[in-house]
Amino acid sequence: MSNHSIALTAHKDYRGSKLGIWLFLITEITLFGGMFLLYSIYRSEYPQDFHHAAAELNTLVGTVNTLILLTSSLTMALSIAATHHGNRKLALIMLAITVLCGAGFMVNKYFEWGAKFHHHIYPGSEYLLAHPKGEVLFFGLYFTMTGIHGIHVLVGMVLLTVMFIRILGQPNSKVAFVAGHGLGEIEGCRMAFVDASDRVVWKGDEVDGSVQRIDVKTKFWPVKQRFKVADFNQLENSGLYWHIVDIIWIFLFPLFYLIT
Amino acid sequence: MSDHEHEEHAHEPVGYGLYFLTWFSLLVLTAITVAAAGMHFGNMSVVVALLIALVKASIVLWLFMHLKYEETIFHRLMWVVIFAMVVFIGMTFTDTLFR
Repeated sequence: MSNHSIALTAHKDYRGSKLGIWLFLITEITLFGGMFLLYSIYRSEYPQDFHHAAAELNTLVGTVNTLILLTSSLTMALSIAATHHGNRKLALIMLAITVLCGAGFMVNKYFEWGAKFHHHIYPGSEYLLAHPKGEVLFFGLYFTMTGIHGIHVLVGMVLLTVMFIRILGQPNSKVAFVAGHGLGEIEGCRMAFVDASDRVVWKGDEVDGSVQRIDVKTKFWPVKQRFKVADFNQLENSGLYWHIVDIIWIFLFPLFYLIT
Repeated sequence: MSDHEHEEHAHEPVGYGLYFLTWFSLLVLTAITVAAAGMHFGNMSVVVALLIALVKASIVLWLFMHLKYEETIFHRLMWVVIFAMVVFIGMTFTDTLFR
């Protein structure tokens, strides 16, 4: 049968996928770079208004969120390191903490934005429009930039949750052997799986003239403390995204919360 | 498959300790940037804040994002972005500042 069977294995280019993620991250940097450019020009034009408006922001909440994101970056890196060390359990725990940190960040953001809305500070509010132009611009940039950053955190959380589920229990590789031609040679026989000592583990129906092809699909489930490259390649790429979200916050934090 | 696996393990697995050290240095830099903001450096305060942010971002890129262990193409990509951002921001400011 070996002469007529084809082993189907998907070609995976891990280096290429990593390069692809980096190229995507570059577009993210330029996306936020454009907004930072807008911020710096308006800030140089309305320095006093920016200082007054920034006084409205809660430095403590900003600092706490910075600590949360930095810690989540640590657990993310630890999760990837754990996969390299073959420690599946630690990888999953660290990944869960990372997602929880992201959730904590978003909860803080919810209360922070909620407080602003409560004080009638939101884009286009009459209260805000009565303020000097620079302050309106500051809050416009604040809601846009932290808002788009928040969406990125949410996307990262979804991505990491998917990774968590994948590592938790999905079969991590499938190989299918297909016998199409030359079935006549085994007509009238049964197909069987045997173990190492030739004991029959599974026996199929008789292959008669009506059988056009035989598909055998095998799934490999990771046993404890065993990882395939594909597992941590996807996790690494998701981790890169999570870290870039952290880097963007590293710049947002001093520019919005620390200019009083 | 074996080729890729070899590629993937081009560097030894990084120990956990380095990451804790990275995290700790980031926390220290955060404390410094918060403290520096309260010191009223005037116009220099934004420069100080941005410099610290750049150092923090570099640490994250170099260690957390494994740029330290990557091939040259990844480093070159970063320089392209940095160059592009400097050009974008620099050129725009030469316009707005001297208008």
